[in-house]
Amino acid sequence: MLRACLRGANATARVSLLPAPQPRANVSVSASKVVVAGLLTVSGGIGGTVLYASVMLKTQHRCLRELATTAGEAKSVICSLEDYWGCLGLCLCVCVFSLEECNECHEHKERPVEEVAARLAQQEQEEQDISASVSASLEDSLASSAKATLQAIGAQEAALQAIMQHTDKLKEAMEAEVLPEEKSNQWKDLEAALADRTTALNDARAALSKANESLDSLRSVIDESKGLKISSVRPLVLAAEENLHNMVVDLDKMVMKVKLRLQSITLKLLSKLCADQELNRELAEQKVREKIHIDAALEQQKLEDQKALDSAVNTALQHVKEEARLDQERKLAELREVMEAEMRTQLRRQAAAHTDHVQDVLKVQEHELKAEAEQVLSSKMLEQETRYRQLTQEQLDNFTLDMNTAYARLKGVEEAIDSHVVAEDEARKAHQLWLSVEALSYSLKTAEADVPTVPLENAAQAVRDSCRDNDFALALASALPEKSLQRGVYSEASLRARFNSLRSLARRVALIDESRNSLYQYFLSYLQAALLFEKRQEAPPSQLSSEDLDPFKLLSYASYCLEHGDLELAAKLVNQLRGEARRVVEDWLIEARLTLETRQVVNLLSAYANAVGLGTTQAP
Amino acid sequence: MSEKELGKKWDRCLADGAIKLGTGLGLGIVFSVLFFKRHTWPISLGSGAGLGMAYANCQNNLRSHYMLHRGDKQRGSTQC
Repeated sequence: MLRACLRGANATARVSLLPAPQPRANVSVSASKVVVAGLLTVSGGIGGTVLYASVMLKTQHRCLRELATTAGEAKSVICSLEDYWGCLGLCLCVCVFSLEECNECHEHKERPVEEVAARLAQQEQEEQDISASVSASLEDSLASSAKATLQAIGAQEAALQAIMQHTDKLKEAMEAEVLPEEKSNQWKDLEAALADRTTALNDARAALSKANESLDSLRSVIDESKGLKISSVRPLVLAAEENLHNMVVDLDKMVMKVKLRLQSITLKLLSKLCADQELNRELAEQKVREKIHIDAALEQQKLEDQKALDSAVNTALQHVKEEARLDQERKLAELREVMEAEMRTQLRRQAAAHTDHVQDVLKVQEHELKAEAEQVLSSKMLEQETRYRQLTQEQLDNFTLDMNTAYARLKGVEEAIDSHVVAEDEARKAHQLWLSVEALSYSLKTAEADVPTVPLENAAQAVRDSCRDNDFALALASALPEKSLQRGVYSEASLRARFNSLRSLARRVALIDESRNSLYQYFLSYLQAALLFEKRQEAPPSQLSSEDLDPFKLLSYASYCLEHGDLELAAKLVNQLRGEARRVVEDWLIEARLTLETRQVVNLLSAYANAVGLGTTQAP
Repeated sequence: MSEKELGKKWDRCLADGAIKLGTGLGLGIVFSVLFFKRHTWPISLGSGAGLGMAYANCQNNLRSHYMLHRGDKQRGSTQC
C-alpha cells in the first residue's frame, strides 16, 4: 500500500517535472487508484477480522478486537497515509509547477554577454553550493530515513515475531489437549503473547509511521532537489531515489509480510476453528448460519486474495516499473551527463570560436571605422583649416589694404599738410617780405619838403630779416645805398623844388668852367643868364644831339622831366652839365642818384615781393 | 650843398670886399689924413687897393676849385 502510494507520488513528481498540460488528472487518476486499492485492502482486512471474530470465542473476540484495532489503526494509518500521499502529490505538483513557472519567468529576461558569462559562473557557483547543500541534505535525510526504515523493518520483524509467537501460542492453546490449569496458563501466556504482539505491532506501527515520515521528508527533499533542476545534483538525487525505493520496497515487503501473516493467521485460525473439537459445540449452534457466512467470507476472501494478488502484482509491477524507471533515469542521467559534458565542450568551443570570430570582425570593423572616421576627420579638418586660412588671409589682406589705404591717406594728408605748411610758410615769408617792403616803400614816403626820409636802416633790416633764405631779395636789400640807410633819401618833390632853385643858379654859372672862371666871366655868365630866355620846360628828345648839350636846354629838359616825374631822365640830363653848373648841381645829382637807386631797389623788392606773394597765394 | 657853395663864396667875397674896401678906405683915409694932408688919392688908393684885393681874393676863391695846389699834387702823388 505504501509502495503504491509512493509510486503514485513519484509518478506525480515525474509528470510534474515535464511540461505536461494536465498533471492534475494524472494525479487524480493515480490518487484514485491508490485510494481504491487502499479501500479494498482495508475492507478485506476488516471483513477478515470480523469473520475471525465471529468464529472465535470470547478471547477470540478480544483478539479480533485487538486485530480490528490494529487493522483499524493500520487502516487509519493507511488512510492517513493515503490522504497524506494524495496531498503530498498535489502539493508537490503545485510546488513543482510554481517552481517551473518561476524558472520559466526567470528565463524570459534577457541579459548581456558579459552578464551571462558572469551569471553562468555565478550560477555554476550557486549550483555547486546548492548541490553541496542538497547532497548534504540528501545524505542527512537518507541517513535518517535509512535509520528509520531499518528501525521500522526491525520493528516489523519484531512484530512479525510477536505475531508468530502469538499464533503459535494460540495454535497451541487451541490444538493442545491440556489440563484446564495449563489451559488457563496457556491462555495467560496467550494473553501475554497477545499483549506482546499488540505492543510489537504498535511499535511496528510507530516505527512504520516514523519511517514513512522520514521517507516522506526524503522524498520531499528529493523532489525539492529535483525541482531545482540542477544537473550535478541528479546523480545524487538518483542515488537517493534508489535508496528510497529500496527502503520503500523493503518496508513494503515487511509490511506485506506482516499483513500476509495477519491474513494467514486469520485464515489459519479460521481453518483451525473449523477443525477444532472443543469449539465445535459452540459452532454447531451457528453452523448453518455461519456456513453461508463462511461461503460469503470465502468468496470475499477469494476476491480479496485476487485483489491482494492484483495489488501485490501491481505493487511488484510498480516496483519493477519503479526500478526500471530508476534504471532508465540513471542511464538517462549518465547519458545526460555525458551529453552535457560534450555539449559543454562543444559550446565552449563554439563560444571560443564565436568570440574569436567576433573579436576578429570587431577588430576589422574597428580598423575600418577608425580609418573612415580619421579620413572624414582629416578631410573636415583640412576643409576647416583651409577655410580658416582663407578667412584669416582675407582678413589680413583686407586689413593690410585698409592699413595701406589709411597709410597712404595719412601720408597724403601729411604731405598735403607739409606742403600747406611749406606753402603757408612761404606765404608768410612772402607776406612778411611784402610787408617789410611795403614798410620800406612807406618809409620812402615819409620824406617831407626838404627833410629826407627816416633812415631806411630799420626798414632795410626788417627786409633783410624777412628774406634770409632769399638770395635775390637779400642781394637787393644789401644793394641799398649806404647813405640812404644812414640818412634817408629825399623825396622827388623836394628834389624838384631844389632843382628849381638850382636851375637859376646853374643858369647863372652856365659859362663858368675850368678855363673861364674869372670874375669877369662870372659877370658875363650872370648877364647871359639875365638876357637869355629859354623855354621853361621843354620835352627832351629821345636822342640828345650836340646842340642839346647847352646847359639852358638841358635845364629846361630836366625841368620838363622833373615836372613829369621822370627823375631818372632829369638826372641823366643834369649829368650832362659841365663846368661850374655841374659843380653846383653835384649834390643834387648825388641826391637824385641816391633817391633813384633807393627807389629802384625798393621797386624791385616790391615787385619781387608782390610776385612772390602772388605766387604763394592761391586763388580759390 | 654844392649849390650853396657859390652863395657862400659870394658872401665871403662881398664880406671880404667890404672889409678890404673899408680897410683900404680907412687906411687911405688914415694915410691921407695922416700922411698925405687929406688928399683923396690915398683914400682912393687904399679903397682901390682894397677893392682890388677883394676882387682878386674873390676870383681866387671862385677859382679855387679848379686850381690844383702843390699840396694836392703831393697829396695826390702820395694818395696814388
